[in-house]
Amino acid sequence: MNNIVVLPLIIPMFTGLLLAFFRKNIILQRTLSLASLVAVIGTTLYLVGQVRNEGIQILEIGGWQAPYGIVLVADMFSVLLVLTASVVSALCILFAFQTIGVQREQSYFYSLFQFLLTGVNGSFLTGDIFNLFVFFEVMLLASYVLLSLGGTKRQLKATIKYVVINSLSSTVFLLGVAYLYAVLGTLNMAHLSVRVAEVGQSGFLTVVAFIFMIVFSLKAALVLFFWLPESYSAPPTAIAAVFAALLTKVGIYALFRVFTLIFYHQPEITHTLLGVLAALTMILGSIGAVAYRDIYRILVYNVIIGVGFIVVGLALFTEQAAMGSLYYLLHDMVAKALLFLLGGIIITVAGSEQLKRMGGLIRHYPLLGWSFLVTLFALGGIPPLSGFPGKVLILQQGLAKGVQYAGFNWLTAFALISSLFVLFSLLKIFILAFWGETRPGSNAEIKNINGLLVPCVGLLALSIFLGVGAEILYPYVEQAGYSLLNPQLYIEAVLAR
Amino acid sequence: METLMSVLIGVLFAIGAYLMLSRNLLKIIMGSSLISHGANLLILTMGGLKKGGAPLLGEGSASYTDPLPQALILTAIVINFALTAFLLVLAYRTYINVGTDDMEQMRSIEDE
Repeated sequence: MNNIVVLPLIIPMFTGLLLAFFRKNIILQRTLSLASLVAVIGTTLYLVGQVRNEGIQILEIGGWQAPYGIVLVADMFSVLLVLTASVVSALCILFAFQTIGVQREQSYFYSLFQFLLTGVNGSFLTGDIFNLFVFFEVMLLASYVLLSLGGTKRQLKATIKYVVINSLSSTVFLLGVAYLYAVLGTLNMAHLSVRVAEVGQSGFLTVVAFIFMIVFSLKAALVLFFWLPESYSAPPTAIAAVFAALLTKVGIYALFRVFTLIFYHQPEITHTLLGVLAALTMILGSIGAVAYRDIYRILVYNVIIGVGFIVVGLALFTEQAAMGSLYYLLHDMVAKALLFLLGGIIITVAGSEQLKRMGGLIRHYPLLGWSFLVTLFALGGIPPLSGFPGKVLILQQGLAKGVQYAGFNWLTAFALISSLFVLFSLLKIFILAFWGETRPGSNAEIKNINGLLVPCVGLLALSIFLGVGAEILYPYVEQAGYSLLNPQLYIEAVLAR
Repeated sequence: METLMSVLIGVLFAIGAYLMLSRNLLKIIMGSSLISHGANLLILTMGGLKKGGAPLLGEGSASYTDPLPQALILTAIVINFALTAFLLVLAYRTYINVGTDDMEQMRSIEDE
């Protein structure tokens, strides 16, 4: 029992509730929401230390014993994700202070932001599959409102599609939960894992696994990403950056949790299919990324390629590959937030989303240009930046597995080629927007963007740290990878007493 | 009884899917609402319909009905209620702002 496990979700929840009472007092709202995020980061750092020294931490809520009550479980995989999510949201909210506008600030923006974080952190920490559904809904409801906040035509149209598709997938999630409860009689993830191991993963359970795969693929934008481009390019930059950094990652986390803890007995069926889905995602994402000449569209398709790449690590299903995925997941959260913030600034200074109306920005905004270039290299996986350690681990494992089964060679090839497409599509933005002649009229007056660049430089420093400091992180990531591939650690921690 | 419930759930899903495939926004919302009712009934049926006494310690019966599905459904209903309310408001706002509730026409309307 460790009460600290609940703090990363209870602090933002209460802050969000409190902020709802002070909607006109913007200074108070800003201070409190930043303070809450700092508090979450602090407690999570402490929790990381505890998990490192004492192993998996759990909290049985209300003192109800594990299979009967709801448990929160903090293993290394979850806490590292909670930590990164909180740091990224703190930096994004610094960006939001300057850009989101008084109207949104007075319309519960900060409350909703806190609720979003509650949902995200809760999904990472919960150890009960129905509770996972509830936290998904907390996160999604907050994201629905954040997406539509402001009520422009573009936002409303995007929100309707986003809400309808997500409500349908939540219903399918419920179906999966119902079938699982009917067959196994429990909803606690550790207990589910034990019972699946006891009865064996029969054909019926594999079908249930597919239901969960559909649901989480939809949330993670794995192949089922048709809803993503529109809804991630409609909201203001700060919100889009948080969405790109966090929302799809929660789906990926759920895929990892379910397919390493519960349905890991038939990897030749489930994980092979995940590999096929990952390959398809990378191919379609790459096509999208090179096809458009609109900054937001290019960035959105880069999110999709990233999702495919991370799932490759799950499809390979080895400890090293899981570590690679975690490295890449942490990098992707930071880098995608950074990319969207920089993209937002580029659009603000150029006054257009279309690349053909831009040019020569580097003359007036050198720092912006060079930060964008470094981000692009990080996403392309160039050492010593943050994308490199994850990519190298995943590709190594892909080749090692390719010796046994040739299909994995193809998967590795697609993963490698998709990095080139990432690099190409982002270089296109860099070349067309920053080089060349300054377009007359479009960026005539030079805007002061130093304040906006502060959070970006913070994220950039974090991204460089994730690459250069990969050695420092290694023991933590190794522990996470080990506990993912050895589910009995998780089970013992939850059900031991 | 379980068979009858399965047929009912199937019917709810079929009607819901039909409504969701239509172009009218209101019908889509009704469809998603019906489908989630179907899912709730499925949870109830999957947990096993009435098998024994009420799950209270004082009842002293030999077997008890599983109370967990009800608890799950209660949570799911509350969430779905909030979602449907939000979706209705959103649809109304979109209708006012965009000027149509037909998804096909909405696609062709330019932003701003």
